[in-house]
Amino acid sequence: MLSRDADSLYWLSRYVERAENLARVLDVAYRMASMPLSYNGVDSNEWESALITAGAMEEFKEVYDEVTPERVIEFLAFSEANPSSIQCCFDTARQNARSVRGALTSEMWEAINSAWLDLRRLNVQKIRVQDLPRFLNLVKETSLRYDGSAMRTMLRNDAYWFSRLGVYVERADNTARVLDVKYHVLLPKDAEVGGGIDYYQWAAILRSVSALVSYQWVYHQNLRPWLVADLLILRQEMPRSLAACYAALSSHLDDIAHRYGTTGPSQKLARSAHARLTNRTIDDIFQDGLHEFLQDFIDENNRLGHSITSQYLC
Amino acid sequence: MSGSDGMTREAYRVLEGWLRSAPPQLLEHRRDEAELLFRKVGITFAVYGNAEAEERLIPFDIIPRIMSGPEWAHLSRGLEQRARALNLFLKDIYGAREILRAGIVPPDLIFQNPHYRPQMNGLAVSGGIYVQVAGIDVVRVDDQDFYVLEDNLRTPSGVSYMLENREVMLRLFPDLMAMQRIRPIENYVDELFATLKSVAPERSASDPVVVLLTPGSYNSAYYEHSFLADRMGVELVEGRDLVVRDEVVYMRTTEGPKRVDVIYSRLDDDFLDPLVFRPDSALGVPGLIAAYRAGNVTIANAPGTGVADDKAIYSYVPDIVRFYMGEEPILKNVPTWRCRERESMSYVLDNLHELVVKQVNGSGGYGMLVGPHSTTEMCEHFRGLIRANPDNYVAQPTLALSTSPVFTQSGLAPRHVDLRPFVLTGRDGVRMVPGGLTRVALKEGSLVVNSSQGGGTKDTWVLSE
Repeated sequence: MLSRDADSLYWLSRYVERAENLARVLDVAYRMASMPLSYNGVDSNEWESALITAGAMEEFKEVYDEVTPERVIEFLAFSEANPSSIQCCFDTARQNARSVRGALTSEMWEAINSAWLDLRRLNVQKIRVQDLPRFLNLVKETSLRYDGSAMRTMLRNDAYWFSRLGVYVERADNTARVLDVKYHVLLPKDAEVGGGIDYYQWAAILRSVSALVSYQWVYHQNLRPWLVADLLILRQEMPRSLAACYAALSSHLDDIAHRYGTTGPSQKLARSAHARLTNRTIDDIFQDGLHEFLQDFIDENNRLGHSITSQYLC
Repeated sequence: MSGSDGMTREAYRVLEGWLRSAPPQLLEHRRDEAELLFRKVGITFAVYGNAEAEERLIPFDIIPRIMSGPEWAHLSRGLEQRARALNLFLKDIYGAREILRAGIVPPDLIFQNPHYRPQMNGLAVSGGIYVQVAGIDVVRVDDQDFYVLEDNLRTPSGVSYMLENREVMLRLFPDLMAMQRIRPIENYVDELFATLKSVAPERSASDPVVVLLTPGSYNSAYYEHSFLADRMGVELVEGRDLVVRDEVVYMRTTEGPKRVDVIYSRLDDDFLDPLVFRPDSALGVPGLIAAYRAGNVTIANAPGTGVADDKAIYSYVPDIVRFYMGEEPILKNVPTWRCRERESMSYVLDNLHELVVKQVNGSGGYGMLVGPHSTTEMCEHFRGLIRANPDNYVAQPTLALSTSPVFTQSGLAPRHVDLRPFVLTGRDGVRMVPGGLTRVALKEGSLVVNSSQGGGTKDTWVLSE
């Protein structure tokens, strides 16, 4: 297929996935912020965490000096000054979809196009904090519809694989960031503190990757910080874990290599990253430093993105 | 819908009966449904100079325009004759130039024409075909005759609307459509693909690689480009996706460079190759014309076809048909006064309020004067323009164009329509699907049907009988 088309598909999926991730982050901030203060811990600022998770703190500071719920919502959801706001993600996604229309199934196109039209009709000025959940639902449903349409209607060929690569590169990045922003509440010393405050923080992490219920099914026990990390980093059966993302990435990259009859640096990178995730235990990771591990992972994930681009997309 | 005797045309009988028995709100509901369908699939049309409406729907009218089988048979014979003659004309102009030597077409109309491409001289195009896809605009003026308004031989568009209109009608009016035998048009894309493959360079493989070249997603007809590429199952490429090496055209794919045999170009030829045409073109492919010249790729339509479709040459087409085909033209031309001829100009200046004045190189309904609907000041303005540059203008009488019923806010009302059938010419012959794109002037009394000027479209039914 055309490199430019593959590139558009890849980025289309990344932007849809990014919009959904932002919606989850905002959702968690909203829930945490509406809890009684005593549940939250005194020094926690959920809206600030949301900005850091989204990697948007610097850009935010350029526009606003003070963090308020309304401003964070405006900035992450609607702002045109923020190229990664949900609104901008949908604009870019649709632009990509339009340029690769032929490679999309009509179901995928309609998912993107109708969400984009809905968002355009929305009067952004009038959105109040209380309206946020409804808006976020629309975003999540769009992503589900897009993803579901892709899974159910696309031919299993390179177009499909490139679009999946976009999903998993973006998803891996997001999960790693969600963990990294809160890594300090997962550390053993914090675990000793115990009690309600941390419980809600751990639950929030799980919720932001919709894994709260899954946790119970996998571990059958109360929330433990190292198990939260284990679930999101190493468990293959957890669909948003780093290990699951890399299993998918390396399998789809192998599909492509098989179809084209040649492998390259992306396959190698994905395979070795996946191997490292399969061969480690959560204890090792904590030993070496969770924060350092996550930072390295985010860098490595970026490298894979660049490698896919230079191998196939330009 | 009625003939000159005021009776309902035979072809419209079933529709008329059906409309009479349909409950009043039904049409409104179906119209709303149609709008929703179009919006959802994203069939939009960008209007230049209108940032607000970057993507607008072309208004769709739900009442079909209907032609009988014999009417179409006559029309299609005329279209085929005209398309063949125009192809022979182009081959001659860029080759032996017999028609100029015979004194039938004045040479300055060719050599001073802005669409004349000297780079095409002596270039042997595959199959000797220049215009693979023609859109020939016709109107009916009385019970028998169709007049040709305009030949579109460069990058005619609108065929996607023809196909989508039919799809929408099949969804909205299955009952009505089942009541008569309407000839299918859905095979257009297959015919197009077959035509394009037939003109592949002779040395290319048995299954030639065809691509559709678009200026990009900001082009007003981008929807159509992606629609056609998708339905043919070929890559939709932009200039930056193509690269020329050793006079061979390749596209950049995820598997590396892949050789291209046929380019169905929807890019103005000015932009095709910055090394040969406009040097500032960022949309084209450097080296493309060298590859074309070497016979390694086919460009459809060929560059330089515009020389045969401007409004000055138009008035010579009947002579062109006679010259190459040795037959009388089946389709009539609208009588045209060429302001370049002294007598004609004074006639035009004296009768401006009754005439339609067009720029020789205008398109899209811009820069024209419809005398009967214009103010005295506008007529004066045009009088000045014509005097200053008579060669640039032609004038035609306002025809008693046929009308077709349109569903308006206040019920059914007559509006002027034209028809753009698409004529495909390949190495193995001429292909057409019955009908074409019917364009309709939605304003009462208006004669301008261009979508950029507020015109709409409707489905066109050709009946089997």
